[in-house]
Amino acid sequence: MAISPTETEQRSEVGVVIAGETTAAKSPMRLAVDRFRHDKLSMASFVVVALLVIGAILAPILVKLGVLDYSTLHQDLIDNTNGGLPTGAHGGISASHPLGVVPGTGWDVLSRVWLGVSFSLAICLCATVVSVVIGAVLGIMSGYSRGALDWVIGRLVDLTLSFPQTLMLLALSAPIIAFFNSSLHLHGNLANAVYIIVVLGLFGWPSVARLVRGQVLSIREREFIDAARSIGASNSRIYFREILPNVWAPLLVQTTLLLPSYVSAEAALSFLGVGVQAPLPTLGNVLADATTWILGDPLYFWIPAVMIVVIVVSLNLLGDGLRDALDPKSGR
Amino acid sequence: MSAENVLKAEGHAAMTADLSAPPVLTVNDLKMHFPVKSPGLFRRTVGHVKAVDGVSFQVPTNGSLGLVGESGCGKSTTGRLITRLYEPTGGQIEFEGHDIAKLSQRQMLPLRRDIQMIFQDPATSLNPRHTVGSIIGAPLQIHNVLPKNKVLGRVQELLEIVGLNPEHYNRYPHEFSGGQRQRIGIARALTLQPKLLVADEPVSALDVSIQAQVINLLQDLQTEFGIAFLFIAHDLAVVRHFCPEIAVMYLGKIVEIGDRESIYGHAHHPYTQALLSAVPDVKQATLGGRRERIRLTGDVPSPINPPSGCRFRTRCPIAKEICAKVEPPLLQIGPRHKVACHFPGEMGKAPETPVTSRLLGVDNHGTPDPGASPVELPTGPSFSNTWFDLGNRTIHTA
Repeated sequence: MAISPTETEQRSEVGVVIAGETTAAKSPMRLAVDRFRHDKLSMASFVVVALLVIGAILAPILVKLGVLDYSTLHQDLIDNTNGGLPTGAHGGISASHPLGVVPGTGWDVLSRVWLGVSFSLAICLCATVVSVVIGAVLGIMSGYSRGALDWVIGRLVDLTLSFPQTLMLLALSAPIIAFFNSSLHLHGNLANAVYIIVVLGLFGWPSVARLVRGQVLSIREREFIDAARSIGASNSRIYFREILPNVWAPLLVQTTLLLPSYVSAEAALSFLGVGVQAPLPTLGNVLADATTWILGDPLYFWIPAVMIVVIVVSLNLLGDGLRDALDPKSGR
Repeated sequence: MSAENVLKAEGHAAMTADLSAPPVLTVNDLKMHFPVKSPGLFRRTVGHVKAVDGVSFQVPTNGSLGLVGESGCGKSTTGRLITRLYEPTGGQIEFEGHDIAKLSQRQMLPLRRDIQMIFQDPATSLNPRHTVGSIIGAPLQIHNVLPKNKVLGRVQELLEIVGLNPEHYNRYPHEFSGGQRQRIGIARALTLQPKLLVADEPVSALDVSIQAQVINLLQDLQTEFGIAFLFIAHDLAVVRHFCPEIAVMYLGKIVEIGDRESIYGHAHHPYTQALLSAVPDVKQATLGGRRERIRLTGDVPSPINPPSGCRFRTRCPIAKEICAKVEPPLLQIGPRHKVACHFPGEMGKAPETPVTSRLLGVDNHGTPDPGASPVELPTGPSFSNTWFDLGNRTIHTA
């Protein structure tokens, strides 16, 4: 058949020469990566987060290999006549215990903090995934349907946000963990960890849902949604194939901002006695233990405290950096 | 250079229609009233936007009907009703003998293969996160017409048909220019070999030179695959070239419908005349003379509360008392020409007294006349063999 002349221009191939430098047309993704790489603070936070993640993955392996040992009691390294404080200087720092030992038990602080980072990040990552999945699905449904479903989800968001969550978390921990034990056959610290994940996850989705809903409200007016409907695409196809790829950027940013808030929430909950219990370490329960020794052995307190600050700050900076890179219109 | 001149220069003849064939689409008294909700908790319905208010027309098989009018007159809504992106408030949409106006989305699914749509803005009608291959292949996937390993072949075939490089299936929409993106949109609409294409201002967002290429492509596709078009546009030059029949809409109603010659040569509705007089004419400009232009003042009235009687009367240069009282019927005044006006006539030759008063049983000022006997006029979407002769004001039979 007769084919009319095509525009021969191919934008991606045509390079524009400006001052001796070739700048080819770049995809939005490529531009975002470039923007991110040019921001020193973002790159620094990315390196720190990468190191934390690698460390977190390595910790259980090192425990298996016997390099890290978080649960062997070293009664010889603590001075029971001095209320249980470590015998050496600065909390018992020595070649075999570079960050000292735990007062009262003689556990290795380095192993406990390192593995604590690992457990804390794993628990908080699971909780974040729960929040983001619920928030994304409900947000897309809410924004796309508008109408009655939007109203119901909107009120659910209001209800969740107005819930006195810390109080309920504490009050409900005993019966719910008992339920995990009896009905789901989750025992000991596994039940505690699942409780933290479920509760943090179930209370954290409203912010994600609101963000996604706002995005979807503008996306649903774009013609490619009408195009998909005119082809006969089902609702689920429109939700997950057409809309979701267009909201992943704000979702990624929200994920990196939700994760540090859960790290501090986990610490707070452990401090209040809910959550994973010793001898398994999390940043929260190590810190909670350290507060009882803060006068006698301040170094033991500062190590997990600084770790929490490093994690929270670096993840927050990473989230900000991602947002600036992915959405250049939003200034700091 | 206008788009039409470019088209002529490229040697594409204006399209003609075969009128003996039965229509592929018959729309009868189609209505779309969007509810207006009050703010606050209960959101009561406080009114309706009558975007489309009783529209009837036919699209002949392998033919094309142009739908023109200014922004907000309901032409796009009409297109979206036919592709059933909206649920019509009333009326029938008869496609190949089935009324699709009341079908549920599930019942509509198999019919979507036959009615496809080309969208106005190629920048937003393609999902920026999908490759061209997955955009064009999506209809095949949804309707499950081809095994997975044959989809790519079909996609490449379609890219070639619309004049794009078949090797570019793996690229993203942002890597293409506006005209190329519109070709991708056309390829997607062609994927399932539809019988009717609703083209919603397919070239409005493109440069004039690219417009001509895309129009030519659509024309080639029509002759090659025998697709019927409902061509929505506000550019009368483009419509004149592409569509043997044209309907002019104003505020949710068709004010004049007819074949190319009736509309462009002998427009009888003052609104159509105003639209035509707004088209720039290169020949006129070279001669140096100034053509008289009808300037419409004011804005289109609100479709929530349209004017009484004739909807155009608030901006009409020849409106009289009767126009506010009685709504003019869409009266057939020629073999393929209908107009909705009390004073239909070519420019400057509008009659002094309303031609419709006797037919409607009212006097010349629009008040009901008990002595008059209203005439049963042929209505409906098709053209009939009898029409109202404007010259001697009698019913004329062909």
